Amino acid sequence: MSGADLDPHGDVHGDVSVDRLALADELAGTAADGSTAVASEDAAEYALRLGDDALVLAQQLGMWIARAPELEEDVALGNIALDLIGHARSLLHYAGTASGRSEDDLAYWRDEPEWRNAWLFEQPNGDFAHTIARQLAASVYLFELYARLVDSADPTLAAIAAKSVKEVDYHRDHATQWVLRLAGGTEESRRRMLLAIIDVWPYVDELFDDDELVERLAAAGIAVLPSTLRPAFDAVIDEVFAEAALERPAGRTAFIASGGGRRGSHTEHLGPLLAEMQVLARAHPGASW
Amino acid sequence: MVTAAVAQRAEASAASVARPVPSDPASARVWEVAATVTDPEIPVLTIEDLGVLRSVEIGDDGAVRVQLTPTYSGCPALDAMRDDVLLALTHAGYDDVRVDLVLAPAWTTDWMSEAGKEKLRTYGIQAPTGSAAARPAGPVRVQLAVKCPRCDSLNTRELARFGSTSCKALYECRDCLEPFDYFKVL
Repeated sequence: MSGADLDPHGDVHGDVSVDRLALADELAGTAADGSTAVASEDAAEYALRLGDDALVLAQQLGMWIARAPELEEDVALGNIALDLIGHARSLLHYAGTASGRSEDDLAYWRDEPEWRNAWLFEQPNGDFAHTIARQLAASVYLFELYARLVDSADPTLAAIAAKSVKEVDYHRDHATQWVLRLAGGTEESRRRMLLAIIDVWPYVDELFDDDELVERLAAAGIAVLPSTLRPAFDAVIDEVFAEAALERPAGRTAFIASGGGRRGSHTEHLGPLLAEMQVLARAHPGASW
Repeated sequence: MVTAAVAQRAEASAASVARPVPSDPASARVWEVAATVTDPEIPVLTIEDLGVLRSVEIGDDGAVRVQLTPTYSGCPALDAMRDDVLLALTHAGYDDVRVDLVLAPAWTTDWMSEAGKEKLRTYGIQAPTGSAAARPAGPVRVQLAVKCPRCDSLNTRELARFGSTSCKALYECRDCLEPFDYFKVL
């Protein structure tokens, strides 16, 4: 096609792009040197866990758009969700390289028992305080995780972590600011914040559970052993809670959720979330716009 | 400290990948064409000003390969920029063009050119204040004052940390009373 045939205002633009872009590597598949990295089976399973955490949380957050307490929060939560979708795309794309599946195959065509996210991420939005409590736990955990995963022996995971940690830093900042405002606001906002922390904290422990897969990967320098993140997580949470005059729910005196998300066992909240997220892709396979 | 390690890494990567304009004339020509593409959300900035354009290569068979890096992981403008690079190069007569997206090293606002920052301010968006490497660590932190791009007052107030896009926060100037976007340090 010669340059003269191209009208930037016509639909030629779309035709040219679609044809050529099909040849380009997808977002995370290209390493810095341009080669396409293929994940090992273990690394793929690990990437699936991290990608599912990000995607499920993004889907929950997206439900706040047009429903948040103020317009600025619609936009903030929507943008945070968009960052998380970016992380999920990179991670799921990489996970899919081991089995020849695309990020969309993994997002839209897996049923509930095949999802590997921890329970925290699928917990319902609740009121705004519950969403903020979940955001605080999630973003502090993700920040500590990605800050260490930048040193992974797997260059793709290291690159995704280096990209994500800077964005998650802003998510953590956003959650912290809201915890301070709600805890130090009115009697009602403080009551809700306290209740939200009590309801959300039982789901925190699962984030730091080790199993054979992460132990194998950590020994190879690829994964970060979740249990090693706990002290740093607690230190940051304590700092935020001290500023907000809140207390961290005391260890085992509180109810602790059993977890099981990494093995595909989920709470009743994941099914409806997936149904809403997947219905269009399943009703109209290959649909695009 | 892990946070410190991340900061050092950001500093090192920013120094090692400043303005990678190719030296051979043929590649430099491709670079010049690709560098005309602008950010669809902030049309005063080119992808070169932003630091999104990472490299340009011409293979022995004449195939052109361009590398872009996303600003934010979920940035929807990236697909448009990729299309536009493809279109600009095709328009300029290159018929075998591939645009790849690379994540490493991770993009930082430190790569934004000084010319780009000046264009942003003229456009009404305050450019990043300070460098990514120098961002304060810790969960509870004090934000540096952000100058109003219209009247240069430091008497401004943050309205929302996430503005119209992930990369911007929404501010208001308490002197000229105008709202403005601030391009956050990343």
